[in-house]
Order: sequence, then C-alpha cells, then structure tokens
Amino acid sequence: MRIGDAKQTYEADEAIWTSPTQKFWFALFLLALLVFPLMANAYLLYLGCLVGIAVISTTGLNILTGFTGLISLGQAGFMGVGGYTVAWFSLNTGLPFPVTLLLAGLLAAAVGILVGLPSLRVKGLYLAIATLAASVFLHFIFAEWESVTGGMGGLSLEPAHLFGVTFQSDFRMYFIIVPLAVLMVFAARNVFRTRIGRAFIAIRDRDISAEILGIDLLRYKLMSFALSSFYAGVAGGLFAYFYRVVTPESFPLSMSIFYLAAVIVGGMGNLLGGILGAAFMTLIPEILKLLTAALTPFYPNAPVFMSPMLEIIFGALIVGFLIFEPHGLAEIWHRIRRFFSLWPFRN
Amino acid sequence: MDWLFFGEISLAGLAMGGLYALIALGFVIIYKATRVINFAIGEIMMFAAYLFLAFAGGLEMSPWVALPLAVLGGSILGGVIEKVMIRPMLGESPISVVMVTIGVASILVGLVELIWGADPQLLPRFLPREPVFIGEMYLAPKIAYGFLIGAALLILYLLYFRFSRGGVALRATASDQAAAYSMGINVRRVFNLAWVFGSLAASLAGVLVAATGGLSPQFGAIGLSVLVVVIVGGLDSILGALIAGVFIGWLETVAGAYLGGEYRMPATFAVLAVILVIRPYGLFGTHEIERV
Amino acid sequence: MVFMAGLDYFVCGSGHWPDVYDNNNNHNLLVCEAKTERSWLCFLVPGVRGGILSILEISNLSLSFGGVKALQDVSFRVPENTITTVIGPNGAGKTSLFNCISGFYKPQQGTIRYQGEVLAGVKPPARAAMGLARTFQNIALFRGMTVLDNIKLGAHVHMKSGLLSSLAYFGAARREEMAVRREVERHIIDFLEIDHIRRQPVASLSYGLQKRVELARALAMRPKVLMLDEPVAGMNREEKEDMARFILDIREEWDVTVLMVEHDMGMVMDISDHIAVLNFGQVITEGLPADVQNNPEVIKAYLGNSDMDSLRKKLNPQREVA
Ligand SMILES: Nc1ncnc2c1ncn2[C@@H]1O[C@H](COP(=O)(O)OP(=O)(O)OP(=O)(O)O)[C@@H](O)[C@H]1O
Ligand SMILES: [Mg+2]
Repeated sequence: MRIGDAKQTYEADEAIWTSPTQKFWFALFLLALLVFPLMANAYLLYLGCLVGIAVISTTGLNILTGFTGLISLGQAGFMGVGGYTVAWFSLNTGLPFPVTLLLAGLLAAAVGILVGLPSLRVKGLYLAIATLAASVFLHFIFAEWESVTGGMGGLSLEPAHLFGVTFQSDFRMYFIIVPLAVLMVFAARNVFRTRIGRAFIAIRDRDISAEILGIDLLRYKLMSFALSSFYAGVAGGLFAYFYRVVTPESFPLSMSIFYLAAVIVGGMGNLLGGILGAAFMTLIPEILKLLTAALTPFYPNAPVFMSPMLEIIFGALIVGFLIFEPHGLAEIWHRIRRFFSLWPFRN
Repeated sequence: MDWLFFGEISLAGLAMGGLYALIALGFVIIYKATRVINFAIGEIMMFAAYLFLAFAGGLEMSPWVALPLAVLGGSILGGVIEKVMIRPMLGESPISVVMVTIGVASILVGLVELIWGADPQLLPRFLPREPVFIGEMYLAPKIAYGFLIGAALLILYLLYFRFSRGGVALRATASDQAAAYSMGINVRRVFNLAWVFGSLAASLAGVLVAATGGLSPQFGAIGLSVLVVVIVGGLDSILGALIAGVFIGWLETVAGAYLGGEYRMPATFAVLAVILVIRPYGLFGTHEIERV
Repeated sequence: MVFMAGLDYFVCGSGHWPDVYDNNNNHNLLVCEAKTERSWLCFLVPGVRGGILSILEISNLSLSFGGVKALQDVSFRVPENTITTVIGPNGAGKTSLFNCISGFYKPQQGTIRYQGEVLAGVKPPARAAMGLARTFQNIALFRGMTVLDNIKLGAHVHMKSGLLSSLAYFGAARREEMAVRREVERHIIDFLEIDHIRRQPVASLSYGLQKRVELARALAMRPKVLMLDEPVAGMNREEKEDMARFILDIREEWDVTVLMVEHDMGMVMDISDHIAVLNFGQVITEGLPADVQNNPEVIKAYLGNSDMDSLRKKLNPQREVA
C-alpha cells in the first residue's frame, strides 16, 4: 500500500471520484444543472437541450472512434434510425417515451452491428467507407420508404409523454434530456472500468496483439458499434421529441462530420473531452448567430456570410486541433486545472 | 427494351466514367505516394471550376486561357494544402490525417460560398456545340469533348509516370519510402509533387464536369462517387482507378436514367458494399501485410 | 535407463538421443505407445529437467510468405515445466514460429499439439484462453492505458462480465473487477516489483520496465505455456539478471512451462533446460545447452564459416568469464 493518499481498499482506489474535493465539485455541478432551467430564459433552455443531445451522441461516437479506433461516418444515419423509430412508434402505438427511446437505441444498435460486420474483413479507413455506404443507404431508406418514413416530407410526432404527463415544452424536455445525458455518460465511464472498455482500447492501440492476448476482435468491434449506435439512437430519438419532426434532411452527412469534429475537438478517447467538444461545437453556431445579429445593422449582408463562415470555422477547428492540440479541449482543461491546483506557487 | 436509348445512356455514362477515371487517378497518385486518403478531392475540383468561372466569366478571358490557369490554380492549391496542413501530420494515425482532409474540404466549401455565393451557376460554354453521333447514337457534345480532353490528359499522365524522372521518383517512393529516401530521393518533395499532380488531374476534371452539369458549393459531393471508384478499383491501383472509374460512371448514369436520380448513389454504393465484403482491398489493390 | 519418471530422472522431450544428433533419422528408440493422445512418452534421460509429457509438440511445420520460407518442416517438443529456448540467427523464423503457435500465422503444413490437442483451426483468443500466453519482440503494450490496466487486460479471457453489467458496474462485474485487481496486485505486481509504476501510462516507462510490464500482462493470462520473445533484448546487465531470475521463479512457483526466444547466449545457456536451434526456417539441432553449445552445425549457423573462435566464445560466455 502506498503512503500518503493510500486507499484502504482496492474498491476505494478504483472509485470514479477518489477525493472528497472531486465529489464536492461534482455535486455542485449537478446542482447547477438542476437550477439552470429555473433561471434560464427560453433560448438558453433550448441550447441546454441541444447540448444534452449532442453530449449523448458524441459520447457514443467517442466510444467507437475515440476508444475503439473505428472511425465512423455513419453517426447521423444511426441517429436517424433512432429518430424515425421514435417518430413511428409514437405515431402508431402511443407508447410512452422511455419505451420508444429504448426501442430507438436498440434498433440503432442492431443497424450498427450490421454496419460493423465488414470489420470482420476490413479495417481502418476501409471500414470508415463502409460506414459512409451505410449512411448513404439509410438516407435512401429514409427518403424512399414512404409508407413508414413519410418520404421527403418526413414524420411529425406528438410530444413525449409518460403517465399522462406530456413534455411539450423545452423546459420539460430538459428534464428528460439532461438526466439521460448524465446517466449515459456515467454508464460509458463504467464500461471503461471493466474488461470491456479495456478490450476496446486494446483494439484501438494494437489490434493484432490484442487478439493474441485473448480478445475476440469481431465480437468487441461489433459490441463497440452496437454501444455507440445505441447512444446515437437515443440521441436521435431525443432529437425527434425535441423538434417533433424528422425528415431525411434532419440527419445529413454533414451531421456525421459534425460529431466527428466534436470528438476530435474535445479529445479522442476521453469522455470529458466528448462532453466539452459537444458543448463547444453546439455553441459555436449560436455564437456566430449572435455575432451576425449584432453586425447586421452595420452590414446588412452579414447573414449571407453566416453559413459559409460556419463551414470555414468548423473546418479550421478540425484542422487546427488535429495539428496543434491533438488531445483536444480535454487536454486544455487539464492544463488549466493543473495551473490552479498549483497556483500561486508555480505556473 | 429500347437499345438505342440504352446505348446513348451507356455512352454518356462511359464518357462520364472517363472523367471519374481521371479524378480517381489523381486520388490514387496522392494515396500511393503519401498514403493519405484525400476526402477533399471533390472540393479541390470545385475550387478549380470556380476559378475557371472567375477567369472566363468574371474576367472575360478566353476559355482556353482560363482553363490552364484554373487547372494551375487547383494544382497550387493542392500543393499548399499538402505543405501547410498535411505535412505537420506526418506520422500521425491515418484517421487523424483523413480528418484533416475532411476539415480542409469544409474550409474550401465555406470559402467558395463566401466568394462566389451559394447559388448554382453555369460555366461559360467553351466546348464545340455540334452534336456528336457514334453510329446512330447521339452523345451530348459537352460530354464527348470533355471526355476527349480528359482522356488526352490521362494518357499524358501515364506517359509521364512511365518515363519522366519525377514519375520514377514518385513510383519509387510509392513502392518503398525508406528505400527511396536512402537512394537520395527527396521524399518530401515527392509528397508535395504527388499532391500537385493529383490536384492537377482533379482540377481539369472539375472544370470539365462543371461544364456539363453546372456548379454550386455542393459540387464537392462528387468526391463521394470518386471514393467509390477508388475503393472498388483498389486504393493503390492506377489500373483499378481507370477500370472502376469507367464502370462506376456508367453504372451511375444508367441507374439514374432507368431508376431515377435518387438511385444513383445507392446503386454505386451497393457495388462498393459488395466489393468491401468479397474483395476488401478492391479489384486491383494490394493487401497490406500485417505483422505483430 | 528407466521407463518411469523417477525422482532423480527427468525426461527429455526430444525425440533424439542427446548424444546422437542425427537430423535425418529420428531414432525413437524407446517410445512407448500411450493410451491417450496426450500422453505419448519419450525416453528418459538422467539430468534433464522436465515432466514426462511434452506440453507443446510441433510437427513438420512449414510456413512461407510468397517465396520466403520462414519455416520448413520444423519439428520439436517442449517438455512440460521446462524452460525451452529457441535460438537462431536473425530471420531464422523464431518469431514466425511463435506466431504460428499463437494462431496469428497459419502454417501451410504441419501440426501444433498443445496438451495433446491439435490447435489447427483454433482462433488466437481461444488459444489464449487455453493457457498460451506470450510477450512480443517489439513491445506491444497498449499505450492508451496505465500499467495496471495493461496487466488487467491480460486477465480478459478469464473474466465473464457482459456489457450490461459493465454499464452498471454493479454486482458481478464489480466483484469480478475487484477480484482481478486483488490477484494482479498480490501475485503479479508485488512479485515483479512494479508497485511504484502501477498508475503510470506505459509510454512513460523505460524500455526495461516496459518489458517487465509485458511479462506481468502475460502472467495475468494465467499461462500454462509462457512464450517470451526476446525477453532481455535491449536491457542492461542488471535488468537482464532480474529478468532471468523472474523467469526461473515463474517456472518454479507458477507451474508454468516457458518457451523462449533469446539472442543473449549467456542467459540462454544459464537458464534453459532445453534448446532448439533454428536456421533458415529449419531445426538444425536440439538438446541440452551443453550439447547445443558445442555442436559444430550450430556454430556454423551462427558464424557463417569464419571466425570460429569468437563464435565459440559467444556461445560459451561462461568460459570467457573464467
Ligand atoms: N508477415 C510476413 N510477411 C512476409 N515475410 C515475413 C513475415 N513475417 C516474417 N517474415 C519473414 O520470415 C522470415 C523469418 O522471420 P522471423 O521474424 O520469424 O525471424 P526471427 O527468427 O524472429 O528473427 P529475429 O531474430 O530478427 O527476430 C524473415 O525472412 C522474415 O522477413
Ligand atoms: Mg524475432
């Protein structure tokens, strides 16, 4: 046993929060999440919900791409599966939202497994292209299978409901989205405390050695696909309840790239990074919108430049982080923390 | 079945496929030399096409001056991208490098939209307009002449790689980087050269394709078709790029004509999916050896 | 000569009479037909350590990559509870042999029997679960994990918790993780003296320590046969001595058979019970260290034909010290 911060048990040593200070800050954070909707205006509430959805989806993609090393361009497609599942079930069965969301996750996971099957034979970028193919097919199905998906017009749905309570406002949706996001991030954290998470990382770092050390590559790659697309499916389902309409254009290829960017900017293979990346990438367009609105009185043309500027900023963020800060916002965050924990003695 | 119609469609498809082959060639050159999968190739094409639009339309140059200038511009763009954004990534994981090219694509789309606006545009006409008949089959002149120009460049290219010093250096680097380096080949320059040449092929094809179908900031989506071509043909195979290019171009056009435009992508991606399952490294690609 | 494994007699797993090296003929002088497939017997040789069984039996293995013949008709046996070493010049096929045993390479011909069972068609993870553990020539630690997690990963095949219980980290999954942690801490981390680095990311460790962590990970696999590919390559003398001691201890205390590839002749001759020599993919001889050391064919393989003396010195390092 070590001296100093020695833990009495291995149990305590392997806990998520290993010090009272950490527990305190986390409790404070949860409290802030709880108080936020009571103080926030409609716009901030809307943003809070968006960030929550993005956190779930980014965490899912992080499991697959950041931790297992399988790059996916199909995230939007998996979210679409979740979104359409929720829409269809709520229109046709009136099931309450926990059931529809679960179904959304499970169906997306099933599709994820199907898409992951080529990983039996191909890997790396070839696999990324298989996921790209999957997103093309899914988009095609969303657009063309009119009897189920409503074709290009899509589906509109009723608000989420449970025990007679309906969640039609952003305020109420917040209390579905944010707790679910916290729960799902914790579940992901748990996975990486067990053999399954270790297997994922081993596959990312050295797949051949991992196999020789006893990890069934196909099984764990598919498991990663399933888990990741389950998260995407739930996020897509929440998206459907939040906007109450899904169309094929709700889940474009650029959305897959958005989530990849969130994972990279946040920090690949780092759950905290996923959260930071999701929040950051969701807020950037909003900040840009505010800027544009502020500039419009002086430059009436400003709104025209908004969308191309966004493309440029997204692209530059991806390139910039990859070149200059490959460990993403998570690394910056750690640096800041280290600074303050040593402050004022060292800098 | 109307065989004449089928023949005409097929012909148009094959001509389009010829252009795909040219783009795919550019893609494969970059991949062979640098092992980078360039997701921005469609956007480089688009950029060159917009340059052509600016030179020939805005500045009212003769198209035959504007064309080489635009192609030159696209090639320089490729070289700059390599130097500024790809080179710092040397030795990083392939996933990261691919993501950089995706980022580059996004930047280019934004830039183009910022400069030239989001609306679709037509390029000034510069190809002969007399209808072309092959036997009884009609072929739109833009497509026919586009194909001819593309094919000419393609042949020049192949000759260049076979016989020139630069071509030999490129091939040497592609087959064994370390050996090429120890033989005194400047590998960095070869990487840059590969991007310049790859972008050159893509730029010319970009102008030709835009001349037949118009231009908008979404034009870069053609990169997806090219991706299908190179995966089907094999990422590191020039022969594969040529054959798969022609085939995918044909298939896309035929599927579009008979089933409807919404079937173009699913049709080619279905071929891609089948290839990934039965021949993961493409029809002519080499399977990389793995060691512990 | 006796037919039963007596206390003072050890069995040599080889099919050769140690004194009569003959590559063309297998003098299976005294082989008894055994009832079970597993327990074929070979003759007993005084003074050679090892159980009566060969835990691993390689017969007529051939492997080629295109034109390169990495292994040609390789046969040899690894007697249970010995330290058996495969030596041979660079490119002789030693690592390829390990890869065949691990199931990563599929030999074109020949069979590998492990505890009497033919391994053909058994996937690498299943082989790991059967007790074939190994380390790698080019350290293959997982850089994204801490030392502790790398070691725990070795226990993967012996764990059962599924995805759902992992997501909840509750009940069975949690107990299992704790049990593994305890086992790893008590039996492996303490034993290999790596307590002080358990929290560190592996990338920050020195080469010697990385090799030790690899060994720890292989031990966490609860091996029956522990395959070590050049365990002391690139180490300084002190580290080498530590590693040799660990290997000897493991054989004694863990009831493990060690199959090793190593270039350091001093260490090989010191700790091996049994040596097989590979050259250009072929076994040129096998037997006791002392016999292999003086075999002219071995000397030739190592030295080409020149400079016999320095070669002999290389193969007999003890003499140099004396
Ligand atoms: N995957 C592979 N593809 C092609 N050739 C291979 C492969 N693996 C090994 N070889 C070749 O097989 C031969 C034996 O290699 P191996 O790695 O087994 O040698 P070794 O005895 O371990 O050598 P060293 O002492 O240098 O580690 C070499 O010629 C090597 O190039
Ligand atoms: Mg070796």
